[in-house]
Amino acid sequence: MGNVPAAVKHCLSHEALAQEHPWLLRWLVDEKSAAICDFPKAVKVVEVGPRDGLQNEKEMVPTGVKIQLIDMLSETGLPVIEATSFVSSKWVPQMADHAEVLKGISLAPHVRYPVLTPNMQGFHAAVDAGATEVAVFGSASETFCKNNINCSIEESFQRFKEIISSAKQAHIPVRGYVSCAVACPYEGHVEPAKVAEVAKRLYELGCYEVSLCDTTGVGTPGSMASMLKCVVKEVPTNALAVHCHDTYGQALANVLIALQMGISVVDSSVAGLGGCPFAKGATGNVSTEDVVYMLNGLGIETGVNLSKVIHAGEFICKALNRSTNSKVAQKNN
Amino acid sequence: MNQKSQVQTPLTTIVSLSKTLNPECVQLLRVHFPQVAASAGKSLPEKVKIVEVGPRDGLQNEKTIVPAEVKICLIDMLSEAGLPVIEATSFVSPKWVPQMADQVEVMKGISKKPGVNYPVLTPNLKGFQAAVKAGATEVAIFGAASELFSKKNINCSVEESLQRFEEVAKAAKEQGVAVRGYVSCVLGCPYEGKVAPGKVAQVAKRLYAMGCYEISLGDTTGVGTPGGMIEMLEAVKHEVPVEALAVHCHDTYGQALANILVALQMGISVVDSSVAGLGGCPYAQGASGNVATEDVVYMLHGLGIQTGVDLAKLMDAGAFICQSLNRRTSSKVAQAACKL
Repeated sequence: MGNVPAAVKHCLSHEALAQEHPWLLRWLVDEKSAAICDFPKAVKVVEVGPRDGLQNEKEMVPTGVKIQLIDMLSETGLPVIEATSFVSSKWVPQMADHAEVLKGISLAPHVRYPVLTPNMQGFHAAVDAGATEVAVFGSASETFCKNNINCSIEESFQRFKEIISSAKQAHIPVRGYVSCAVACPYEGHVEPAKVAEVAKRLYELGCYEVSLCDTTGVGTPGSMASMLKCVVKEVPTNALAVHCHDTYGQALANVLIALQMGISVVDSSVAGLGGCPFAKGATGNVSTEDVVYMLNGLGIETGVNLSKVIHAGEFICKALNRSTNSKVAQKNN
Repeated sequence: MNQKSQVQTPLTTIVSLSKTLNPECVQLLRVHFPQVAASAGKSLPEKVKIVEVGPRDGLQNEKTIVPAEVKICLIDMLSEAGLPVIEATSFVSPKWVPQMADQVEVMKGISKKPGVNYPVLTPNLKGFQAAVKAGATEVAIFGAASELFSKKNINCSVEESLQRFEEVAKAAKEQGVAVRGYVSCVLGCPYEGKVAPGKVAQVAKRLYAMGCYEISLGDTTGVGTPGGMIEMLEAVKHEVPVEALAVHCHDTYGQALANILVALQMGISVVDSSVAGLGGCPYAQGASGNVATEDVVYMLHGLGIQTGVDLAKLMDAGAFICQSLNRRTSSKVAQAACKL
């Protein structure tokens, strides 16, 4: 293959070429498709059903059922399964059995089991129970932070600093979350710059990954793209994840645009567990089955066995006496 | 594959290198024409025309038979919501589709808002004539990209169906009636499975050539994902101008909005949808079908794309028909906005 002379690009405009050579127009059409097709080769799916999902379910789930769910999920090929939350049982009764769950699950090799640790007390309890990865929850909205964890964003960072520092000493990786990354149920629209600021701080404090959450699901590919554009300037793309809620049916489209922008980590919840606490009757987390179906169709590797995820979803829905939120699972029934 | 580069002129080089369009050539082009690669990005249309198929495609697949007055009220509410095109009914034999038996009554009963089109389905010449008699000014014909589907759905081969449509298209042209074409099974067939993009392009091309001003590409079973959508649209765009194309996505596997997004990125600016996501999937019990207009409009408005649709009035229309059908909406936007 010879080299095209450098003179070429100086003396020829593509418009003139397109006029003379229809093949170039054809190539332009294909080029447009190629740009849209720019997806990562592989995507890591972070399963948040057992924690974020169940936490928002009304029905109290017995410990045995939680353990069985996580064990079933461990067989699906999902590389990360958020197991539980070391939050005070006063605030989140569903997670009261956190130590029992963490100790009861069969830890599959090649699978990580992060747990939420909102403060040092939770962190110590998590480590005692055998946690090898923890997660901290930041917020891009002051009001949400106040209502959710009863402190300002700045105060929350003081807490996280402590946790991350202790985690570092114990060689425990920390994942960061930024809630209200698109909008806040109290404040409304959240400025992308604020999201970028919080994400950057979490990353610089030592979080290996930062998951950007559209907590109320109001985001569309437009607002998602604006937010991501801002955040990728401050945090490396390969350290970012998206956590989309499907409350307005926008989740898969939002995940898609994130993939096109280079994000390759997606949070989701088996059977779409977890209603939206801010909108009665509305759905919440995007379902893992639907995400994996889309990724499979795009030829993106996930390592996940879709049938086994559907199976795990059927199990937990039966236990919860509720129907699945996953359209793929509904079709499968 | 190696290319010999007999450089006579720079232009000849590029031409000979690129004719094969192998990956190395494409890479070379990208390198030497960066401005081309940059402009080929993911720009979206400023405006999107929404074609509301709820009263026809939606209701057709609902078990409960809806009285004509309810259908008329629904269509009138949709007209008020700002939708530019509302598929009103289908002039198909009531023997096959009892839901559409009141086709003439509906057509004559609706308040036709100026500037709004009310296409009706006409599977054959007989249906076409009845439609025109009832006042239709636009009709739609339904082709398929799958032989088996064509056989099972309208009891003839794809070629035979296209010949039927030629008759309708010819009569429509003579009478100044616009014709919209549909291609079903563009991303998969419930009987054949995978459908070749080339076949879709072929059928779309024929419909366009016989005079259809627009071709709507239907993912009939909702199995399609964005990758398949891109591949199919690439093939069709080579045969039919993108301005004459529309997408009709089903949400059976939850993929509809993602599919619509890539279609918009590919230059499509016409989207079919159904208020409240009316219309189950006849091939999968309990599964959903048409994508909900409310959810599509929500996404488009969020993208800054103009539709002319008033989302609140649209949701009112959705609430009305769901109440009449005694069923829950399939629209997530409507569910989220529900204050129950």
